[in-house]
Amino acid sequence: METLAMHISNGIINGPVAAVFAALALAALTFCVLRARRDLDDRLAPMAGLVAAFIFAVQMLNFPIFTAGVSGHLLGGALAAMLVGPWVGALCVAVVLVVQALIFGDGGVAMLGLNITNMALLGTAAAYLLIALLLRVLPRTPAGLAVTAFVAAMLSVVVASQGFVVQYWLGGTTDLGGNLAGLAGTMAGVHLLIGIGEGLITATTVLTVAKVRPDLVYALRSLRTPAAPVVPVAGGVR
Amino acid sequence: MGAGHGHVLYRESDSPVHRLPPEVKIVAMVVFTIAVVATPREAFWAFGAYALLVAVVAALARVGPRWLLSRALIELPFVLFAVALPFLGAGERVEVLGLRLSEDGLHGAWNILAKGTLGVLASLLLAATTTTRDLIVGLDRLHCPQVLTQIATFMLRYLDVLVGEARRMRVARISRGDDPRFLWQLRGFAAGIGALFLRAFERGERVYLAMLSRGYTGRMPAVWQGDGAATTGQWLVAATVPVVAASIAATAVVLT
Repeated sequence: METLAMHISNGIINGPVAAVFAALALAALTFCVLRARRDLDDRLAPMAGLVAAFIFAVQMLNFPIFTAGVSGHLLGGALAAMLVGPWVGALCVAVVLVVQALIFGDGGVAMLGLNITNMALLGTAAAYLLIALLLRVLPRTPAGLAVTAFVAAMLSVVVASQGFVVQYWLGGTTDLGGNLAGLAGTMAGVHLLIGIGEGLITATTVLTVAKVRPDLVYALRSLRTPAAPVVPVAGGVR
Repeated sequence: MGAGHGHVLYRESDSPVHRLPPEVKIVAMVVFTIAVVATPREAFWAFGAYALLVAVVAALARVGPRWLLSRALIELPFVLFAVALPFLGAGERVEVLGLRLSEDGLHGAWNILAKGTLGVLASLLLAATTTTRDLIVGLDRLHCPQVLTQIATFMLRYLDVLVGEARRMRVARISRGDDPRFLWQLRGFAAGIGALFLRAFERGERVYLAMLSRGYTGRMPAVWQGDGAATTGQWLVAATVPVVAASIAATAVVLT
């Protein structure tokens, strides 16, 4: 059984593929920076920082999955997409990954492009597409919002894990022969379990924030009636 | 408050490596890692040379080998992956200690082990000699977009807010008669995770508004910049490490 955490460390994927993905990630992040400048106002700036801090803390929680000998962790892409939008959200996850690689040695610096592509870009994009779709389809109730957050978080983790499988197929340093399908299956299965944990945390957090401070949830902005001015409520008063 | 101080991995000291400007150290570390990754895995001697290089820098930075090696355990999951590779890999099989192992897999395991470890050691050295604040100043001087440094600043600042709020909520729970043991602490924590997020946000928002009212414009004031940007001399001093690493990598590529 393979043992993988989500952060790819140096030497797992070969240099050329890592370089291609680094260029890809750099281009995508540049685009995100341009779009994020428009989004980042006085309310979103501290929120982006907190979301990044939250993701940073949450990624430290590793889920040991004993049967498969695998440990994985939460990604936080869905939470970021929900609370600060796809552009700032992707940047939040990317910042977390850069800081982890630079000072904690978690995920190789040379593999940053791969990690950012999987977790910051793929994960957040998948989550945001699902959120946009589900918020339109599902009823506009707290339950609908919770289901949206749960499903988006769960599936985005699985999508991100499959990003690694594609990268391994393109440039894995060791030929696994016919085991690639096995790798894909293990990754998907394990991350489905992680996704459930991620979904629960995302749904609880988003639901609480949406109840008390709906103005803070980016994904709900477009659905709100523009007339109602938002009064920030201090504390847990509702 | 927290952002001004070191993080858990920072080692307070006044070595030549500590005194180097952060942007220089970041660039040196990144180039070193890329050189290591670009080295062909069959060139065993090259990895020994890299390890020697890391040891020299660690000695200059007054970071002990015990501290370095115990912190390097973070890559343990990857070591396990590496151990699995000789059994999973395809291609030629070789006999090792009575086991039929994939030769390609053995090389792959060595590859991950050597490159992963060297990468982790390099970033640990950066972490041990650079405070988080300096790290952000360094990224800023390397022309990292302001949106990113801003998010990173707040992230590091709010980590302490988050931890502080979590501690306060735990004390509040316990003082109201909750007496969790071992894993059951998790239940109370999980139930309160939404509230934790909100409380941390509202505290963080106050911090942010206080910063704004004191003239914060998205960039940290000049006081933060400390001794100023790196001089040419400092760049040259720090360049020795990546230059040596790059020449080792180039030699290894030529020889194999």
